[in-house]
Amino acid sequence: MIFSEPTLLILAIFFPAAAALIVFLLPDDDKTLAKRLAFYLSLVPLGLVLAMWVIYANNYRLAPGFQFETIAEWFPLIGASFHIGVDGISLPMMLLTVILTPLSILASFNIEDKTKMFMSLFLLLESAMLGYFAALDLVIFFIFWEFSLVPMYFLIKIWGGADREYASFKFFVYTMAGSLGLLISIQVMGLSMGTFDIVELMDKWVNVTGAVLPESGISIPFIKAFAFWSFVIAFAIKVPVWPFHTWLPDAHTQAPTAGSMILAGVLLKLGAYGFIRLVIPLFPEQSHQLAWVLAVLGTLSIVLGGFAAFGQWDFKRLVAYSSINHMGFVVLGIAVMARAYGANHSVWDGDAIMATNGAVMQMFNHGLSAAAMFFMVGVFYDRLHTRDLRKFGGFWAVAPITGGILIFNSMASLGLPGLNGFVGEFLITRGAWGPYAGLVAIAMIGLLMTGAYILKGIGQTLHGPIKDQELAHHLTPMTTVEHLVIWPLMILMLTLGLWPQWLLAIINDTVSRLF
Amino acid sequence: MNEATLTTFTWLIPLFPLASFFLIFLVTRHNRTLTWMLSWAAIITSLVMGWIVAFNTFGLSELLSGGQKGWKEHVHHLVDHPVVIESSVAWLPFRPEIGSWLRMGVAVDPLTAVMLFMVPFAITMIFIYSVGYHNYGKPRGTKPGVPNHGKEEPMFTRFFGFFCLFAAAMLTLVVADNLLLLFVGWEVMGLCSYLLIGFWYGREYDDPKATPPRKASIKAFMTTRVADVVMLMGIVYFYRAFGTLNFSEAFTAEALAAVGAVTAGVIALLLFAGTVGKSAQWPLHTWLPDAMEGPTPVSAMIHAAAMVSAGVYMVVRIFPLLALGLAGSESVGLIVGGIGAITALMAATIAVAQNDVKRVLAYSTISQLGFMIAALGIGAYVAAAFHLITHAFFKALLFLGSGSIIHGMEHGAEHVHDHHTDPQDMMNMGGLKDKMPRTFITFVIGGLALAGFPFVTAGFWSKDEILADAWHQGTHGNTLGMIIFIMLCIAAFLTAFYTMRQIALTFLGQPRTPLAEHAHESNNYMTLPLLALAVFAIGFGWLGIPDTFLGTEGVFYNYYHHFVGATVEHTLHELHALVPGVHELVTLEFDPVPLIASIVVALGGLTVGYLVYGRNPLKANEPDPLIAPLGPLYTFLKNKWYWDELYDTIFVQPTIWFSETFVYEWVDKGVIDGTLHLAARSTYAMGQYVKRFEERVINDGVDAIKDAVLWLSKEFRSIQAGNIQEYALMSVLTAAAFTILLILLPRIIG
Repeated sequence: MIFSEPTLLILAIFFPAAAALIVFLLPDDDKTLAKRLAFYLSLVPLGLVLAMWVIYANNYRLAPGFQFETIAEWFPLIGASFHIGVDGISLPMMLLTVILTPLSILASFNIEDKTKMFMSLFLLLESAMLGYFAALDLVIFFIFWEFSLVPMYFLIKIWGGADREYASFKFFVYTMAGSLGLLISIQVMGLSMGTFDIVELMDKWVNVTGAVLPESGISIPFIKAFAFWSFVIAFAIKVPVWPFHTWLPDAHTQAPTAGSMILAGVLLKLGAYGFIRLVIPLFPEQSHQLAWVLAVLGTLSIVLGGFAAFGQWDFKRLVAYSSINHMGFVVLGIAVMARAYGANHSVWDGDAIMATNGAVMQMFNHGLSAAAMFFMVGVFYDRLHTRDLRKFGGFWAVAPITGGILIFNSMASLGLPGLNGFVGEFLITRGAWGPYAGLVAIAMIGLLMTGAYILKGIGQTLHGPIKDQELAHHLTPMTTVEHLVIWPLMILMLTLGLWPQWLLAIINDTVSRLF
Repeated sequence: MNEATLTTFTWLIPLFPLASFFLIFLVTRHNRTLTWMLSWAAIITSLVMGWIVAFNTFGLSELLSGGQKGWKEHVHHLVDHPVVIESSVAWLPFRPEIGSWLRMGVAVDPLTAVMLFMVPFAITMIFIYSVGYHNYGKPRGTKPGVPNHGKEEPMFTRFFGFFCLFAAAMLTLVVADNLLLLFVGWEVMGLCSYLLIGFWYGREYDDPKATPPRKASIKAFMTTRVADVVMLMGIVYFYRAFGTLNFSEAFTAEALAAVGAVTAGVIALLLFAGTVGKSAQWPLHTWLPDAMEGPTPVSAMIHAAAMVSAGVYMVVRIFPLLALGLAGSESVGLIVGGIGAITALMAATIAVAQNDVKRVLAYSTISQLGFMIAALGIGAYVAAAFHLITHAFFKALLFLGSGSIIHGMEHGAEHVHDHHTDPQDMMNMGGLKDKMPRTFITFVIGGLALAGFPFVTAGFWSKDEILADAWHQGTHGNTLGMIIFIMLCIAAFLTAFYTMRQIALTFLGQPRTPLAEHAHESNNYMTLPLLALAVFAIGFGWLGIPDTFLGTEGVFYNYYHHFVGATVEHTLHELHALVPGVHELVTLEFDPVPLIASIVVALGGLTVGYLVYGRNPLKANEPDPLIAPLGPLYTFLKNKWYWDELYDTIFVQPTIWFSETFVYEWVDKGVIDGTLHLAARSTYAMGQYVKRFEERVINDGVDAIKDAVLWLSKEFRSIQAGNIQEYALMSVLTAAAFTILLILLPRIIG
């Protein structure tokens, strides 16, 4: 059968790359064709992942290990193999990717400059992200990790705002700085263990005995600590965790709307996913001992991210900082996971299941709401050519539907119970309450500030008397294409808020097995 | 009616308004008539179902068929099985050892039943009223975002949409069987409150010190959010301690005893913080008076009858936990009771010096909610729950009455084309008695109920019960009880006083402005709900006359006490056996002191109020007779004890500075980015140095190489100067080359 289960996964990963090539080979002058074709082609991975989802939900929820698995010989000399597969943590992330990519492409239908290239890069990016979430071999993992960086760099650099050079450079250098340590650590680990296979390393590397590594003679405690910190820093930059976050507001503010949607929606999750997939399983001891560092940094991200967001007057920068605030919760959840995982049946297992569930849930939810928020900012920016909240005001009277949609999405971002954001935050708060009650109490200040900056965004934009008639005049109603982007997101947010178990059950069955 | 039907009804009660909310925004938003009809239909259906469930729980058929004896049997049964309806669905999946699934569902016990009696009824009345309030059928207003006096509200359908969502949230909160679902309703109401306070989002005042609606809405949301995030900690602590969020699972004597009194106290206080915000208790009370910026139906529904009551309802709902906490530590009672009593007294003093007709009522609401909280602080479960219901009736009545007054005044303003005189300022009113007879009569009824006019009004019976409980506690070794008793007596006196002041300033004497001169009675949409609510503002109290009133036996029967008390009686009884400090629910013996006290303060306050304001009603341009005798104290009260100014100085301004300057400018841009830029610059400088070194030292020797490089770079420049397509083509080609290399390399080497 052509569509055997592993083929499904391989197709999902590589189809977008092929699609990128197809779009790239289109004639230059037909921009509409490029847009439409890119959109339709991006629906294929969505279909494939949905098929995987259905198969997984019906057959594999309770099966241990990875599904849709492929192990192929690829680089036997160094022990790297082409190993991919999914479980209940990576599958939701892939789903998020394939949902957001078509919507981002749809949101880019107003791109008239080098359209074809833009669409190709986007599809290429999708491949990289999907591959990253499915990778089960460190070399593959690293290749996809790096590969996701390049298209985004170009998206910011070419289609970005006025200060795009600085922003794209900062984004690139920041991430590369993190990657360096990651690359060295991966090489040391792989070469000394004779394999790059993540599943094997989870046993071999974790349980390696002796004082020094067999061939190189490097001290094991040293290299473990070194590798642990390189991994942590690489992923912490990506998440981003305070204080490694300053690339994010710049990158977001300068990126085109669709770039921000994907950057906040999926690329940040690469970091958090790295923690869950690699850092904690490969370094359980170190994770257990240093979980408090993560918890403290997560809390700082929540609190300072919230304050910084409140301090912004550029609407997009405000939303960008909100990502730091929200991803801080993910990090807090991961900290609880780290603390319990390494301890091997600790008293915190119950809390850790809640927190890890919450973290993955929050990743998914933040992906939806951040993408939606960036899109809404884009709707305003496209029409008004400014994001300065000081100039906004009174827009609800001229754009009632856009205003209503903005409020809905803002509330999802705020974590209003009944919408998606609350579920993750509640689970993380609940999970973290046991081991880190004090930090949770501090994090609540950040949650308070979430309210403050969201209301600032709504209030400055929609409320008050109309400040600038000229601007208000330009604020035309949302187009059909724009509605097509935002409604699927809103429906997803509402369904996840009211009935989160269709997603959480999948996550939970995998997470429960970890502890 | 059988249990399955009742269970279905309970599920449906919040769903009708919810469906109506979605329908209004997605379908009927351009059709005003259809919109209000749809929302009426939804809320009336909820009302009917709510009342069926409520009366079934109350045992109306038992009472009618078996008389008092038959009903007593019914209550006896209720004491053992207070939860008559319970149904839930699995909502979040977890592993068995942490309680498997988090379930969401509905439950009905006597407390829910009385709420199901009051809430949908009050909401329905306000829905009816709103159609008239927004001038349905008049020429349509053209300015969205500001009040269109005398014209049909341009955002008519939006208003009803939000109202339906609000009703759904409040009803969800009432029927919720667990703390999380309650919190969902709680927060959604917060959102509705935000949206509706800021309903006239475009409104701006000339006076820079006045709070426009949009700022009031943010203030309300943020102030309550301070409390809500603490409450969220209470919820997660609750979940962790009990392993469940379900009320009937957690509130068994065994589960409570296992958690222990100290933990219970901490959880109860964390949750109570939510109430401090939602029910506008000191020190988080400042948002509620400003919330009066919303349309008056909003004030009536959200800021009097429903949402602020939800705060008290939540504490009443978790009463077994609080009772255990009270037993565990004295400070729990001190905090809860103290906050309640301070709020009751402080808000009453402020209300005395307010001139805005709605703000007086706002402070009176804060004060009355303080009565309930104080009652809970001394463990007076039923008294608090009783005052909760009676207050909702008469306060909804008063707010709607005030809306009717303002409407009348605005009509006068339209008539004389005066748009500068404040139609809400009582100093501009006077003599409305004859202009607005229906409003007058019902407002007086509501006012007397608020003042606690003896024997007739509902407010008297519920307030009396609180005072009786406080007195009982005070005379049985609880000093706090006595302090609360005294503070509440003073507050009750002030309540009667400012109520009389309000009635006199508004209705008595001669009109003080042309607005009042030309005011006229509101339409039937508005006055009929007033009459309906007036019935309950009087009659509902008769359900709660103490059994041994005036030392009689068998004459009166306190239906309310026995019915609502059944909710926790059994749990407290068992808990008392396990944890000695926990008080059981008691039916107090008759004691004349609190009765006399409540009669004296009510009549005394009304009399003094009449002497100051009613005997010689104020004439135009006369100052308030309180200004002279009170002097600076009057200014202090008029400025609401300066809480707003204080909070602005110590919280709001520092937060803005901390966010914009400290976190963003100093930490992010200064320290973090500064370090990065420094690193980048030093790297660059080092590169320059190396470059110079090369130039000086190696330069001459490598001319040939340099030439070669120059030649090469010339060649490559043609590629670099190309456009993005070429860049991309190069990237793709390079990537392809790499890929091929990566695939082939292993083969070649291997």
